[in-house]
Amino acid sequence: MFDLDLWREIFQSISKNKLRSLLSGFTVSFAILLFTLLFGIANGLENTFNSFFKDDAQNSIFIRPGKTTKPYKGFKAGRDIQFKNEDYDYLKEHFGDKVQYITSRVYKNLSASYKNEKSSYTIRAVHPDHQYLEKTLVYEGRYISVKDLQENSKVIVIGRLVEEDLFTKTIALGKYLNLGGIQYKVVGVYRDDGGDNEERMIYMPITTAQKIYGNNDYVDQINLTYNPEMDFDQALSFSNLLTKKLKERFNVSPKDQRAVRVRNMAEASKGINQMTTVLGILVLVIGMGTLIAGIVGIANIMIFVVKERTKELGIRKALGATPKSIVTMIMLESVIVTALAGYLGLLMGMGILELIGDGLKEYFITNPSVDTGLIIGATIALIIAGAIAGYVPAKRAASIKPIVALRDE
Amino acid sequence: MLEIKNLHKSYPIGKDSLHVLKGIDLSVQAGELVAIMGSSGSGKSTLLNIIGMLDEADEGEYFLDDVPIKNLNEKKAAQYRNKFLGFIFQSFNLIAYKNAVENVSLPLYYQGIGRKERQEKAMFHLGKVGLTDWAKHLPNELSGGQKQRVAIARALAANPKLLLADEPTGALDTTTSCEIMEFIQQLNDEGKTILIVTHEEDIANMCKRIIRLKDGVIMEDSFVTQVRASQYV
Repeated sequence: MFDLDLWREIFQSISKNKLRSLLSGFTVSFAILLFTLLFGIANGLENTFNSFFKDDAQNSIFIRPGKTTKPYKGFKAGRDIQFKNEDYDYLKEHFGDKVQYITSRVYKNLSASYKNEKSSYTIRAVHPDHQYLEKTLVYEGRYISVKDLQENSKVIVIGRLVEEDLFTKTIALGKYLNLGGIQYKVVGVYRDDGGDNEERMIYMPITTAQKIYGNNDYVDQINLTYNPEMDFDQALSFSNLLTKKLKERFNVSPKDQRAVRVRNMAEASKGINQMTTVLGILVLVIGMGTLIAGIVGIANIMIFVVKERTKELGIRKALGATPKSIVTMIMLESVIVTALAGYLGLLMGMGILELIGDGLKEYFITNPSVDTGLIIGATIALIIAGAIAGYVPAKRAASIKPIVALRDE
Repeated sequence: MLEIKNLHKSYPIGKDSLHVLKGIDLSVQAGELVAIMGSSGSGKSTLLNIIGMLDEADEGEYFLDDVPIKNLNEKKAAQYRNKFLGFIFQSFNLIAYKNAVENVSLPLYYQGIGRKERQEKAMFHLGKVGLTDWAKHLPNELSGGQKQRVAIARALAANPKLLLADEPTGALDTTTSCEIMEFIQQLNDEGKTILIVTHEEDIANMCKRIIRLKDGVIMEDSFVTQVRASQYV
């Protein structure tokens, strides 16, 4: 039921009473503006926290060897601990039921060249599971495979930026890249959300690296993810158990903190999760407060508006306006003013976030924005609020007796 | 046309109540031009408000065009007002942000008449009051007499059975008052039934019948020889 005449009446009333419409709109615009900014900034903070962990699986455990700091069982302090393939096998064998993915890592820094382009890159020699641990997204070709490991294949998977740097005129997939004098075939190209550094890496089979560079079975680091069904406490006790077992295995004092370092991401991410939850609740409370203040504001102004229009409404009633038509008119006017003003505030807020968003990175705010769901929700909330804010005064206006209204000089 | 029998109305004042109308009997035929006179407090405005369905009587009967006006809900009252009555007020009561033709077409809007027809009818009635050229002007751009003429055009727009005028010349100077009265007389000549509340003898004498109220009862009800307003203009 679209009543064009009714809309004409309402738009005339809004546009001919600019100051009144502006006043009622301003409150709402301002409330929504604040609301949007607040949510945008909170989202930005959350984005920053999340980006710290984005490139790695949240259930990761990193194990690195170090130097002993305490003498133990006849060994001196200051001894280097070196992981080997057998340690990887040990973990896989003894904790297989608790481990989801596991990989060793060997680091190398090598200069790479293709035709005239040359640059130096970090090489990570890994097991195939590494792809899942690091959340590597191969978009061309494939990742390192078990077969590559068995055959010590000279194959590599390169980051998006490596391809951009070196393969300026052609695509990298299938080409041979010179790494420290040896030709490797590019079998895959990947993306990574962890940032530019993560996309300037080159992955190769761990066996190939061990054979070519040193001919040993040394491992620099072992990464694993635990079974995601474990809760936080289980994950913590699992990493404690790992620490204990590895210290025993390398004859390291249980009190030595530096010889075997086990870092559990669950600990770090739990803290962050708690913080973002608290932040979210805080923002929600403040945001709702702002919104409610805006709604109360518009309700106030609507009461004033109805008071101001008492005479007009009285005239309309004397001329034959039914109470229903008065209520409809006031309410629709309120809804339209609220919705338009709210939308304006929303657009302004989003515009401001867009403008200043990039400048806030140093304050730990990344990409501050509000999502579509929130926008739709806020708009609906506004329309409902406008209706409620309009309804009470409208109802009152409709019940005013025309003589009372007309006497009001 | 209009039948009122034993009409009572009182207003509560604190614990007491003020008995404003104490049994009014009144009968008005179609085509009459009636002045209701009385000092302030005599109940003349209350009577007009009840006739105008802006207020309700406590007791008594009221028939308008043989329709009993009783226990009306707001919606029904609004519809009856729209259908039966045209109002002319002392303070004109035009809507300030609407221009002359929009003001005139407002009762037609509440009758649910289409925009185009509304516009045509409103222009016709504005023409009748001689304000065609002022159709697009806002009320504050019009003189008092012009405003009242717009108000009369508005009252006529819905083609009501009865015109009610509450001190229609109260805010106007003598010359303009006579112009307006001349116009009202013309309308009456064309057959409109009109009730005017006034406290000015001059104005009352321009009507065909004078009803004098005092303390809520009709003191005098007499037919008079009408003084034509045109002779003063």
